[in-house]
Parts: sequence; C-alpha cells; structure tokens
Amino acid sequence: MAATQEEILEGLAEIVNEIAGIPTEDVEREKSFTDDLDVDSLSMVEVVVAAEERFDVKIPDDDVKNLKTVGDAVDYILKHQG
Amino acid sequence: MNATNRTVVVTGIGATTPLGGDATSTWEALLAGRSGVKPLEGERYEELPVRIAAPAAVDPAEVLPRPVARKLDRSAQFALIAAREAWSDAGFTGPAAEDDDSVGVCAERLGAVIASGIGGVTTLLDQYDVLKEKGVRRVSPHTVPMLMPNGPSANVGLEVNARAGVHTPVSACASGAEAIGYAVEMIRTGRADVVVAGGTEAAIHPLPIAAFANMMAMSKNNDDPEKASRPYDTARDGFVLGEGAGVVVLESAEHAARRGARVYCEVLGQGLSADSHHIAQPEPSGRGIATALRNLLESTDLKPNEVVHLNAHATSTPQGDVAEIKALRNVLGDDLDHIAISGTKSMTGHLLGGAGGVETVATVLALHHRTAPPTINVDSLDDDVDADIVRGEARPLPEGTIAAINNSFGFGGHNVVLAFRRD
Repeated sequence: MAATQEEILEGLAEIVNEIAGIPTEDVEREKSFTDDLDVDSLSMVEVVVAAEERFDVKIPDDDVKNLKTVGDAVDYILKHQG
Repeated sequence: MNATNRTVVVTGIGATTPLGGDATSTWEALLAGRSGVKPLEGERYEELPVRIAAPAAVDPAEVLPRPVARKLDRSAQFALIAAREAWSDAGFTGPAAEDDDSVGVCAERLGAVIASGIGGVTTLLDQYDVLKEKGVRRVSPHTVPMLMPNGPSANVGLEVNARAGVHTPVSACASGAEAIGYAVEMIRTGRADVVVAGGTEAAIHPLPIAAFANMMAMSKNNDDPEKASRPYDTARDGFVLGEGAGVVVLESAEHAARRGARVYCEVLGQGLSADSHHIAQPEPSGRGIATALRNLLESTDLKPNEVVHLNAHATSTPQGDVAEIKALRNVLGDDLDHIAISGTKSMTGHLLGGAGGVETVATVLALHHRTAPPTINVDSLDDDVDADIVRGEARPLPEGTIAAINNSFGFGGHNVVLAFRRD
C-alpha cells in the first residue's frame, strides 16, 4: 500500500535524523537539505538510498539534484512510489 | 633566529589507547604496568591463529556524536578524539580564526600532520561486504573519504581549521613518528607556527590479523593475552595488534611564549634513514637504525650524555628487539648505560601507524613527570639485550636538563628517531 504524504514526511524525518542527527520535528517540508539540515551531497545520497528502500521507489541520480527541499522529496516519492 | 632554525616545543598532548580514553588515563596505566591485551571474542575470529589484540579502552563511537562518527573511519575517530584533547590541552578554545589570532593561532599559520599505517582498512573491508551482500547501490558514498589514508589528517585539519598544510606521511609502523618529524620541519622552516601532529590506527579485523599472522609477525599466545606482548624476553614470539591514536600540538617556542602557553618540552628534531635490506624483515645488525641515530646526533645539539630515557620501538619480535639494541649500543657506546629504556608496547600492544603518536605522548610525559614507565613481562631478559631495560616497575628520572628519544621503525625499512629535551 502506498504511503501517504504524512507517512513519507515522517519517514524522511527519521532518515535525516539517523544520518545528520537533526531532530525529527525540525525536518519540515520547506527545509533545504543542504542549507537547513546539514545534509551535504554525500549524505544526500544516503538519504536517497534509505528513502528508496523504505518507500519502494527509484530515484535516479539525475533526479536527485532537483530534490532541494524536504517537500520536493515528499512530492517526488508520492508520485513515483511503487 | 632565522626561519629555518626555529625552536619547536610541545604544548599539548592527547591520546586514546588500549589503556585509556585520554592521555592521563593512558599514562597512569603505563605507570601501573597494566596490559591492554585481551582475547578477541566472536565467531569471525574463531578460525584465526591469533585471537588476541589490544582494543581501545573507550569505544570512539561512544565519544563522538553518531552523525559525526558514522562518516569517519574508526582510525579517523581515534585521531579526532586525540586531536581535540591535545588542542584543548594546548589552551586553544576553538578552531583557528581566519585573519587574526584571537584563538591563539591564525588558520594560515596552522598545520595538521596525522598519519596511519594502513588507513581506513575496516571501512574498505566492511564496504566490500556491503557490496557483495546488498549490492552496488548500498555502498556508502562516504567510503572514499573514510578509507583514504589522509582521512584522519584531513578531518583533524577541518576540526581546527588548519590552512598552512595538511599532510599524511605513510611508512607503516613508523608513520606516526614520521608525521611528528614532518610537523617539526613545517615549523622549523617557517611554514607554520602551530601543527597538530600524530598517528592513528584501527586495524583490528580478521583480514589484517590473518595477514600479519601469516607473516609470522604476531604473538600466538592466545592462552595468556596479558603476557603475549613481551619485548626483550626470551619467550617473545611476535607483536600484539593494538589500536588508537596519539596526538601532540607542536609550536614554535616563540609563538608559545607569546601566547603564554604551557610548554612540556622541546622537540630537538629527528633522525631518518632506510634499511634498504628487505621489505619486511629488520636488518639484523641494526645498521639502518644506527644511521638514523647518527643523523639525529649530527643534525641537533643533543648530547648523548643528556639522554636518560628511550621509548624503544620494541614490538616483541625475536629479531627486531635485538637489532634495535645493537644499533643503540653501536652509536651511543657507554652512554647507553645511563639510558632507562621502556618498551611500552608490552602494555599497549603495537598500534602500527598510531605507535609513533602514542609513544611520543608517553615520551613527553616521561620527561614531564621525570618517570620512565616499565616494560612488563620481561621475566627472562634475552642475553643479547645489552641495555638498561626498565623492568617491572616505573623508575624516576634525574633532575636537571634531561633528554629522551622515541624510536619507530616500519615495514619497508623506514627508521625514524625523535628527540625531546626539558630543563
């Protein structure tokens, strides 16, 4: 069963917490991974791989660069999840 | 004083070792003659001929925040912990500033030289397991920065904001000492005023242990781990692998005086040479080691009769321990008789590239406290060891101006000797 928008946001928050140590409540739709959440380009790859596993979605490298904010990632996963 | 002849001093020390999570606890354990060697538990070690090692007393992953630790190889974790301790011990309260020296040093005048013998070997091996078991996509994007041998140096450089240069000499078990020697030259030649320098290693894993064991370099005394590392003893049968890091803050004497820093001792300099004999065997007469010692005496104002203590390489291998003593006798003659020699690997195990760092910290503290730590497990001194080994218990060192030498040698035939002196 596909995840809801809320479930995806919650899942991403847990992933970002695990990887960057940011409290889950601070992982909000408008936050930038790089500027607000201490997720550099290498850690972003980890976030993507963890999200792919969790939400059964493929996020090609070319699409990763468009995922600037948490909201971008939530919308992408919502649209592409299996 | 010109820029190529500046006096270099030690103003900070830090360590995380099999004996303790910092320099103080490590020193206390050294004085107490405690062994850090333990049995290696777990299925992955069951088939190995060597099932003992000296693991770090404090797990670095418990010291560093998880988001930091997960991006660092264990060797870089050790280096960062020891460097933070040394940095703070030197009286610095934050990273170097960009343009002024409000913190005590300007970033452009600060260097970092941290070495390891093998680099991020456990990262490499663990990620290969991930590749085989979980596939390409799961290989960590942090793998390269974690496994590169300059990773610890680069991370320490980032931590303190070092911009004068960040370097990583690699010479197997001489790496840590070579790093300190390199740092001394950076200051002496005017490239930097302050350099964070040392060695680190984290190689306790079945593959390095199998490989060293197959070279017949390691002790197989699995039944009595605390007795396994026994330099100079007739029953010695190889080294015991240890892990951890030792780091010092080196500084030009002038710079240290200007900011009112506490000075542990002076670093007189280094003597270097290469055996050019065999890729892994020590040259049995100690010819290369003797050359390094002579180079040290010729390039510094160290007088042999000032030397009261020597932290020997002494890994507990049958050949190496004796070759080192032969070289010392050859170069120092009768002066060797008043030098209290300590083989601290009897307690810490052999930290490979970390050894030169940890043993420099031990040498500096020996001068500072005027006490030579013991060499444990010398129950039956080898007849070929014609020198004054500090056996069993720590020994006081004389008052007045005293000097000490720290020896480190590495596979490949690298010889590094460092000298320190205090008033």
